[in-house]
Amino acid sequence: MPVNPDLPERTFPPVAPYLVGREKVREFARATRASAAVHHDVEAARSAGFADVVAPPTFPIVVAEATLQQLLAEPDAGIDFSRVVHGDQRFTYSRPVVAGEELTATLRVTGVKTLGGNAMVTSETDMVDAAGQHVVTSVSTLVVRGDDA
Amino acid sequence: MSIAETLGIELGQVVADQTLTLTRDSLVRYAGASGDFNPIHYRDDVAARVGLPGVLAHGMLTMGVAIGAVTDWLDARGWVSDYQVRFTRPVVVDPVDGAEVQLVATVGALDDDEARIDLTVSYGGQTVLGKAQARIRTL
Repeated sequence: MPVNPDLPERTFPPVAPYLVGREKVREFARATRASAAVHHDVEAARSAGFADVVAPPTFPIVVAEATLQQLLAEPDAGIDFSRVVHGDQRFTYSRPVVAGEELTATLRVTGVKTLGGNAMVTSETDMVDAAGQHVVTSVSTLVVRGDDA
Repeated sequence: MSIAETLGIELGQVVADQTLTLTRDSLVRYAGASGDFNPIHYRDDVAARVGLPGVLAHGMLTMGVAIGAVTDWLDARGWVSDYQVRFTRPVVVDPVDGAEVQLVATVGALDDDEARIDLTVSYGGQTVLGKAQARIRTL
């Protein structure tokens, strides 16, 4: 089944709020070797003006993941996960993410392009805080390889 | 004060230049931290079955360690307001030797309150992240 060209008209319901945990931020920072004190040490983060430890810039992919699962699970999307590779990724922030806050993520598909047997599915996931204020937008392009690619 | 004055940087300055070794251990840690448990990142047999040259590093891990070097340099003086990459080539991680990834981060553009950091990330002499750019702001 090819990727559904009508997907760009689709916005998914928000996923359950994600609580950013202090130890999860530290674990993610260790895994990506981000050793700046603001990611690990609450006092260092507070002296820099943050409420708690600061998540590394690529951390929101953890939050966005649940929204991408919504897209992949869509019965008529035509996206075979075993043929999916990550094409590009961008994060645009209004402010850094800090531990202790809740992020609610909403995905919308913004484009489907076909290129040489592959389909490129671009989606945007907006993440807002508990007050409904924008924190970060994740833009991902997934490349769905065609049968002969 | 402009961001250039606050951070003491100028156009073209290298702010990070290092070699990072990604091992299978790094991939397992990243899988746990990120929740991405695709077996192509830890099982040779699965990677071979789907036609890959070997177990690959998560693209998001490469993207993450590259910006980690920049935020280490930046420390508590600022934050990343935008970060984008294109995944152009896979990083194959040998079970014994791992994979050496070279990273150079340079100040690519400067205006009053924002700096663009351009990242060159390569493996085996070839670039693995295209158009890798981060925008930073001071606090």
